[in-house]
Parts: sequence; structure tokens; C-alpha cells
Amino acid sequence: MPPLLDVRNLEVRFFTRDGVVHAVNGVSFRLHEGETLGIVGESGSGKSVTMLSILRLIPQPPGRITKGEVLFQGVDLLKLDEADIRRIRGSKIAMVFQDPMTSLNPVLTIGRQITEVLETHLNMSPREARQRAIELLRMVGIPNAEERLSDYPHQFSGGMRQRVMIAMALACHPQILIADEPTTALDVTIQAQIIDLVKRLRDELGMAIIWITHDLGVVAGLAHRVAVMYAGYIVEEAPVLELYHNPRHPYTLGLLGSLPRLDRRERRRLVSIDGMPPDLLELPRGCPFAPRCPYAIDRCWEENPRLEEIAPQHRIACWVDVTTGRPR
Amino acid sequence: MSRNGQVLLRVENLVKWFPITRGIIFTRTIGYVHAVDGVTFEIRRGETLGLVGESGCGKSTVGRTILQLYRPTRGHVYFDGIDLTQLKGSELRRMRRRMQIIFQDPYASLNPRMTVGQIIAEPLEIHGIARGKEARERVEELLRLVGLNPIFADRYPHEFSGGQRQRIGIARALALQPDFIVCDEPISALDVSIQAQIVNLLQELQERFHLTYLFIAHDLAMVRHISDRVAVMYLGKIVELADRIELYENPLHPYTQALLSAVPVPDPAVEARRQRIILRGEVPSPVNPPSGCRFHPRCPIAQEICKRVEPEWREVRPNHWVACHLAE
Repeated sequence: MPPLLDVRNLEVRFFTRDGVVHAVNGVSFRLHEGETLGIVGESGSGKSVTMLSILRLIPQPPGRITKGEVLFQGVDLLKLDEADIRRIRGSKIAMVFQDPMTSLNPVLTIGRQITEVLETHLNMSPREARQRAIELLRMVGIPNAEERLSDYPHQFSGGMRQRVMIAMALACHPQILIADEPTTALDVTIQAQIIDLVKRLRDELGMAIIWITHDLGVVAGLAHRVAVMYAGYIVEEAPVLELYHNPRHPYTLGLLGSLPRLDRRERRRLVSIDGMPPDLLELPRGCPFAPRCPYAIDRCWEENPRLEEIAPQHRIACWVDVTTGRPR
Repeated sequence: MSRNGQVLLRVENLVKWFPITRGIIFTRTIGYVHAVDGVTFEIRRGETLGLVGESGCGKSTVGRTILQLYRPTRGHVYFDGIDLTQLKGSELRRMRRRMQIIFQDPYASLNPRMTVGQIIAEPLEIHGIARGKEARERVEELLRLVGLNPIFADRYPHEFSGGQRQRIGIARALALQPDFIVCDEPISALDVSIQAQIVNLLQELQERFHLTYLFIAHDLAMVRHISDRVAVMYLGKIVELADRIELYENPLHPYTQALLSAVPVPDPAVEARRQRIILRGEVPSPVNPPSGCRFHPRCPIAQEICKRVEPEWREVRPNHWVACHLAE
């Protein structure tokens, strides 16, 4: 079966006064129907820019998608005109952001913001739209849905606002939901509520999800497949169990080692990753992780490794076999 | 990390309410935010006490009230036997040399117009410990101690990354050779790979200088990693306090149990087996906290008594304290 979404060699640059920011550097991945893909990375790894570029939401200028294809059901989204991409954005592919306060309009009621989506994309009458909006709010677990339609965003708590955002995203039955750190700003007990909700909705509605996060814990229980990003590259990608139990890229190993585990009682020294992520204005010639990598060999400084399959469905971009410490 | 060391800090029935006011010319108080509402605990010399809870539970206010950055509404803070709440002016300043704080936001807590050297030397000058060349030498020594290059003394905070800034904040806290440091969410704003660096540094410094920490955070896994004992706060009260292993392996308060179950573990095999306790609703307002046990509206096992009677703070097992009617 062809993938629902096929991103090929995506490259995004920001042309700033200080120079060219190499935000996304040839990212390729696929998403199949009903699948949940976790994308893990730290700030500046390019995970959010990748997703915004898929929907052509990056500000241009200074940003520009300089290369690549984004095939959604076989159609390249990067070649569509503005009117056509609008029909896909928010309707076939919907997005939920980290901070619901900045993505909701503070001067419109929640009801108005949801019905607007329904009237625009699905041509519903105001009456139908209102009815559907109430259903949607109920579906995401907002108590007294009917009364809350006339409330403004500031009258909702952070967790409730994120539920509203999810309701809006689901309004048009999207085939793909892109969630960009939707629980990062929330407390753990509220995060657990939201993740629980998304899992339930995923199973009911059968949509595919791309979940972006910096938290390896969150995607462990949610994703089918995980891609790890660093400096605008995918450096490792594998089915979820394989990635956590058999990580093969030194950066993934480092990330897992730097987390204390709640389910282990012994206290070991945390394995920290020395140094800092590279300056995206001046990426090194070789592997961008080499300066921080405990396994780096001469070749790593010279040549940037490509993402290659090392086991079925397990891809890494690394010259070294971390299990032996020798070149692959 | 001494278990039976001598008590360095004793907090007794500490209360901090913030007034809510109306009016500009004729200001009147219309209510209080019950940020901290009667907490009692001790910290032994050389120990790390972790203080966890969700946003708004009052954990940061506890830290600041201990240091008398906020004056308590009621209660006592004994530091080395001296009640800080009774001290003023130069007496308080003399005690403050022995207590320092590291803040969450390394961007807001360093003055952007001062060089790193001036920032670190400021406490030395204020307390008349060193100036000029002597202060300069001490600054360089402190920078080395926290893993920064001494030549950074002439640079400004904006030239540094979040992790480096946090190191600068730690150097400043160490300048006066304190006994006790309040670490107020020192790693929450940092990327995962940098968090481990800072935690390892804090642990090294603790061993080297025999420091005592109050480590405030919302990340339960990290708190467990760094702490000897852990206290859990909910809506202005400590609901449970125990040894790090006891608390995590045998939590007695339903809130602690829910909080622990909500933390995602970075292992898909573990996640697949885990049962989550999903709490109903959200944290109520600290302006008008619920009657009886403050957790009762969200508690999965609440009984009639929980609505009426505030639970006593009792030692259910040796060194395991809990405030719950139903805990055994």
C-alpha cells in the first residue's frame, strides 16, 4: 500500500541577516494510514520546521523550502497553489500546537472558532455547525459543552484549551493529525489526560498521527515508529520497541542515557552528552553530531553519513557500529 | 549524603498568603491566594530534599519563603537553630551568605548589562568578602569549578546557551560558599541532553562542598534521581514525604500514586503494561481551596470524611509521612 504521506529529501533554509540557517537538511520519511509516528528532537533540531513546511506554514521570507517533495496521497503539496493547499490544511491534515493560547483567537468565542472551521471547510449551516461543535467538545471531554461554546479562550485552563484545539483539529475528520509538542506546557496529570484522549480518538477515528516531542517518555507509549532528529537531519528511525531496546545512533543512546528512569531504583550517574548542538548557520562538513560523539572516528569529521537501513525498518545515519565501537 | 546528619533547616507550619486587591486609589484586599498553607519539614546537613508538585502548588513559594525573599504570613524557618523569620537588616544579610538560590529561567535571572565576571563577583562585593584582583581570581576559580572557561568572565549573558547560563547562575550561588542552596527548577528550561550535565554538576558540587539542597521540580524522575528524601505538594500543602525509594515504591497518598502513574517511562515495553490512574478534573484555585482534604474533589477513593475533616499529618511508617485519612 502506498504511504499516506511521503516526504522526500525536504530541505528548508532561513535567509537571515546573520546568514543562512540550515534548518532542515534533506529529511525523508513516510507515514502510513492509521500509523502514529513520533518525532523526537531537542530545540533547533528541525522537527517543528519540518512539520510546518509540510503544510507550507513557514514564513516566506525569510524561510524557503529549497528542495524536496511532500506527497500526500500522491499529490505534491509543495506544488499546489494557495487555494488548493488551504483546502488540505486544517481539513485533510490538521495541526495542534504547543501553546493553545497563541493559536486561539483571544477575541472570538470558542464556539465561533469551531463553527468557522465547519462552515468554511464543510459548508455547514450555522445551525448544523453549532450542533457539531457541541458534539466535538463533548468528544474531547469538555464538561457543559453547550454552555462553554460562548466562552472565550482565557476562560479555559491550559488543559481545556488543548482539548479545544484538538476538537478544532478533528472538526473535519482529518486523515493526518500533526501534534507539535501538545503536552509540553501541561502538568503531568493533565498530560496523561490528553494522551489518553488522543489514543482513544485515534482508535475511534482511525487517523494517522505525527507526534512531535522532546520527551522520549511520551512517545514510548504512543507511537508505532519513532524518528530522532538532530541538527535538521533524521539520524535514526525505527519501530518503537526496536528504537528503545536497540538504539544504534550515538545521539539516541545519549538521549536515553541522560534520562533518569522512574521504574528503576538504583542511582547511576546520568550519561550526559557533552557540548552543545551545532550552530545551524555553519554546519560542519562531516557528521553534525561528531563534535559531541564519544564514538567518532576520522571519517565522521570528513563525511556526513546518509540515513541507511541497517536492519529491517531500522535506519541510522552513522559510520560507526555502536555495539562494537568499530566502523560499520 | 548523610542519613542521620544533624538538622540544618527546620520549617515549621509555614504559611504564605498573597493578598488579592481591588481598586487603585482605595486599595482593599478582597481575598488571599493560599500559596503555602502550613508546611512542616526538616532538611539534614548534606542531604537533598526533593519538593515536587504541579504548577501552582506552592513549591517555589516554599523555597523563596525559606530564604525570606518573601516574608511568611505565619510559621517559622529555623536555619542552624536561628529563626530567620525574626531577623532583619544586617542580621538577616549575614545569614543569607549561607543560603543561596538557583533559578529556573537562566535567561531572566542574569542581568544582561553585566558581564559574567561582574555577576559572579557581585555577591562577593556586597558581602565585603573580596574586591578587585582578589574577586577576579575568585571568579575565575568559580568558572572553572562549574566547567566554564575563565576567559568567559568578560562576556555578557546573551553570548551563552541556556545550559551555560545555568552554570553561571550556579557559580554565582557558590561564590559565598553557602551551606544551603534552593534549586528552583534549575533544569526545567533546558534541553534533555543538557539537563543531565547540570544535574551531574550539582551532584559533584554537593559532594565536594558538602552542600545541602532543596531541589524543587515537577519532573518526578529527575527528583528521585537527585534526592535523598522527597516531599509531594498539592495546593499549598505537603501531602506525603518519605525516603526516595520508599516514596516511589510504596506511595500512600492517592495524589502521589496518580502523579507517579502519569509520568511516562521511556520504554515502550513498560508503557504497554502500565495502568494509568487518570485524575478527574484539574487543580482547584488556591484562592478558595476545597474543604477537608484539598484533594478530595479529584480523589478516586474519597470518602465522606475527606470532604469535612482535614487529614492529619502523620508518620504512618518510620520516616514516611502522609496526610490522608485512608492511608495505612
